[in-house]
Amino acid sequence: MTFLSSVVQWLTEPFLYGFVTRGLVAGLLAGIACSALSAFVVWRGMAFMGDAIAHAVLPGIVLAYSLGIGLFFGALGAAIFAVFGIGLLSKDDRLKEDTAIGVMFSGLFALGIIMLSRSTSGQDLSHVLFGNILGVNTSDIGYMAIVVGIVLISLKLFHKEVLVTSFDPAHAVAIGLSPSLIRYGLLMLVALTTVIAIQTVGVVMVLALLVTPGAAASLLSHNLKKIIRLSLVFSTSATVVGFYASYYGNFPSGPIIVLTLTVFFLGAFVYVRLRRI
Amino acid sequence: MKKSELNPLGYGGACTLPLRDDCPALVVQDLGFTYPRSETPALAGVSVKVKKGELVSLVGPNGAGKSTLLKLIVGQLTIQQGSIEVYGCQAHACRHRVSIVPQRSTVDWRFPITVHQVVLMGRYVHLGWLKKPGTQDYEAVDRALENMKIRDLRDRQIGELSGGQQQRVMLARTLAHDAELLLLDEPLNHVDIGTQELIFHTLEKLTQMGKTVLISTHDLGILKVHFSRTLFLDKSIKADGPAAEILTPETIAEAYGFQFHKEEAVV
Repeated sequence: MTFLSSVVQWLTEPFLYGFVTRGLVAGLLAGIACSALSAFVVWRGMAFMGDAIAHAVLPGIVLAYSLGIGLFFGALGAAIFAVFGIGLLSKDDRLKEDTAIGVMFSGLFALGIIMLSRSTSGQDLSHVLFGNILGVNTSDIGYMAIVVGIVLISLKLFHKEVLVTSFDPAHAVAIGLSPSLIRYGLLMLVALTTVIAIQTVGVVMVLALLVTPGAAASLLSHNLKKIIRLSLVFSTSATVVGFYASYYGNFPSGPIIVLTLTVFFLGAFVYVRLRRI
Repeated sequence: MKKSELNPLGYGGACTLPLRDDCPALVVQDLGFTYPRSETPALAGVSVKVKKGELVSLVGPNGAGKSTLLKLIVGQLTIQQGSIEVYGCQAHACRHRVSIVPQRSTVDWRFPITVHQVVLMGRYVHLGWLKKPGTQDYEAVDRALENMKIRDLRDRQIGELSGGQQQRVMLARTLAHDAELLLLDEPLNHVDIGTQELIFHTLEKLTQMGKTVLISTHDLGILKVHFSRTLFLDKSIKADGPAAEILTPETIAEAYGFQFHKEEAVV
């Protein structure tokens, strides 16, 4: 009995502090948005694009910081700039898309690092790079909740358009539906999601939240609905692990979340391999 | 056709254009097409007329422009020169009336999607934005699955199926689309003989119901059995008529670019 009550106490203690509770809520919101998109990022081959968006966000954040605007809007502006910049470059058929992504991605990230080193505010922005789940304020939570709402509702409303453009874009064209319209729509959702997920895992590791849950789930199921549900389970449980590790072990939250997701992925991989034997 | 007519937001909804029975199913006039960054045209001066209810095969060597022609008709490529009319309307004016079974390579077979979901895509053209499939759509899907004898596969993942089964799924999708003009781009590649027979049986039934079918193929052997009319395409229509008449050893040799030795052929 005492053991049970000490476990309960261990689990509930963090919630005595408002900022800690906010951290968990933020982590879960980011996890939900990422896992809803993860299956599409994995199966449409948008991983590199997702990584590019995450890194390209940096100059936007630094700029917003020095101008005193909300970081959310700075990040989002830079993400949208990157998406359309890459789209514009890869329209020229002398450039393959991944080349365009590579150029924009590293260029914008380099710009961000230089701006960061010159930023005179003296503030440490390392949490932007690596995430800090415990540094979230109430208005951040508000933005995150709105983004989660937008992502879930959009995926629900445009489910069939996303399906057909993923599976057979030529058929989409034949029925008058533009695959690039849907692609840009999805990229906007990825941009929004990336911006909120930076809070918890940071610019450098945001890709893990977008790719790993869907990748692990895809090892275990071929059914899209199940893949999305499993992704959700993976990313929320990784967030919870990261949250407690961050509180009790004083570990950085981002790397713990990413490591936990990687362990899930490897576990799924080994499980599938063993089952085949 | 001008580019402005292709509205990126315009898809789906009810078909409002009247179906004119007096018009040919397909009229192609002086069609030319050159791919960007290519020196030579893929199609030049293609003119052809297909009557309602015809079952027509389209043959020609690789790179002859068969797929290009089908893509232009269905609106996957934008017309640069000439014109295409489908049942008296400009091509792409009504997407309900034309459907295509694409070549295998254009589809992502590994995407996690079930047979039922794929066939349901044939109904999207009737739905459009935000509209969910209703009873009518699910019934059309069930009928299509039944016709292609793949009802038992409905919940299977598309990538797990054999090539022949996948082709049946794609044809079922086109049946669910309920188009008047059906285009099939090399549907017989990687297909077992049972599926091949089922495809022909289905196409013949469709043409008896007044639908029109244009099918591209490399398999010259089947032409005489199943088609009354064959179009020989190599950038333009080189021959048009019953397969037995237009496909002589000489015309085949010329089109496919090799020397034909009659003596060897006899042996």
